[in-house]
Amino acid sequence: MSPEYPSRPAEAVDSPAAPSAYEPSRVSAGRSDPLFALGQYTLLGSYVALIFALLGALAWFTSPEHLLRAMGTEEIRYALRLSLVSCTLSTFLSLWVAIPGGYVLSRYRFRGRAFIDAMLDVPIVLPPLVIGLALLILFQTLPGRAVERLVPVTFAVPSVVLAQFTVACAFAVRTMRVTFDQINPRTEQVAWTLGCSRSQAFWMVALPEARRGVLTAATLAWARSLGEFGPILVFSGATRMRTEVLPTTVFLELSVGNIEAAAAVALLMVVTALVVLLVARMFGLRGTGLI
Amino acid sequence: MISLSHVAVRQGTFVLNDVSLEIPACRYGVLMGRTGSGKTTLLEAICGLRPVSAGSIRLMGRDVTRLKPAARGIGYVPQDTALFSTMTVRDHLAFALVVRRWSRRAIAARVDELAAMLGIGHLLDRRPRGLSGGESQRVALGRALAMRPGVLLFDEPLSALDDQTRHEMYDLLRSIRRQVAVTVLHVTHNRLEAEYLADRTFELSGGGVSLVSCSPGAAKS
Repeated sequence: MSPEYPSRPAEAVDSPAAPSAYEPSRVSAGRSDPLFALGQYTLLGSYVALIFALLGALAWFTSPEHLLRAMGTEEIRYALRLSLVSCTLSTFLSLWVAIPGGYVLSRYRFRGRAFIDAMLDVPIVLPPLVIGLALLILFQTLPGRAVERLVPVTFAVPSVVLAQFTVACAFAVRTMRVTFDQINPRTEQVAWTLGCSRSQAFWMVALPEARRGVLTAATLAWARSLGEFGPILVFSGATRMRTEVLPTTVFLELSVGNIEAAAAVALLMVVTALVVLLVARMFGLRGTGLI
Repeated sequence: MISLSHVAVRQGTFVLNDVSLEIPACRYGVLMGRTGSGKTTLLEAICGLRPVSAGSIRLMGRDVTRLKPAARGIGYVPQDTALFSTMTVRDHLAFALVVRRWSRRAIAARVDELAAMLGIGHLLDRRPRGLSGGESQRVALGRALAMRPGVLLFDEPLSALDDQTRHEMYDLLRSIRRQVAVTVLHVTHNRLEAEYLADRTFELSGGGVSLVSCSPGAAKS
């Protein structure tokens, strides 16, 4: 529906004494503002309600008994351990690449920068199964096989970390690039004039100022890794007690019709993710005066 | 001494050509010009933050045209102060000294000396967030002065301050001049600042610099 704008009455055009349709008292802003705000709150509220409904449905479907029974299974405990370890490793690897990568894209102008910037979107926009397939094929090529001879990757634990890293890193680089974009480069320039080399200015000034962005990138990479399923299914397989992570468990339990166990593991994933996000946020904001 | 000889700086389509000026040692030069005339560009070239396509820049008798900013021995106070948000005021005053690996005792003594000179002793443990405009400028000034540079470069440092704070800063800058042997180039578009502070006033317009007034010792009066 297109908005209607008040049109000026015809008699007002020629008659100076006629009240103007544009007098402040006649402007309808007073009435439309609450409606506008209400519309926005309603839309946001609907989405938040949907999220709560999803979590509520999981919690309602799962009893503590289901959860305890699921945690009593050796396979699920292994999947939880592998998820926590692999997500943490892929997060560290992602930050290792994302911090310098985001800094380069934000601070330097060079030939091919736009191309690299566009390439970073590939892992984000590609279907997860395609990423898994591409990884699988990559490790069948000559260089891939050479790596396999040194460290078995495909259908082994390293493939889980690599699959998670491939996607999570793209999100982390994006986050770090935006973070450095928002930091005034003048602070580093002042540091140069005070005697710093570029690397000293980065470590002493830019990186400390980017710490919240680093934390955001880490939590985003970790959460993204925890939920990664498609590439892991294709590249790592779904072998119990070997390459099974929590999303794989949900898939395996669903495929044998054990919906209670699948829902229990799903709830476990939600709780794990929430705990990590909350701890990371509290840790990251400590000393900033915000908590 | 600050000496620019036939300096050319290019920034996109904007060009500064054949800029020459000279400020004798321990004198206070003010460079004036309209917004967009290239004052900040020229100051950045002196700092080493922008490459010079022709000419030479000499600071304290040394040709620094091709030197990195870190090697020029300058103190730089940008327009927005660019304070380090994660550091305390004490860390700011100590920053250049930590980079130069001064001893902890020497750093503490210098920080106390600067804090007393600038009247920011009570702010030493505060972070930039929440400092007033005048306080931020004092911290930025202290950070630039810490390693006793031969040259100070100010990029419109007082433009965002209210009248009273600005006059306090005039007094502070004059008092610093009496205490510290330093050559200053102060960029501004405010004629009052030039009248209060300058030994030499330059005007930047049409891509070139001209000497407008020369009154040795004016700022000392």
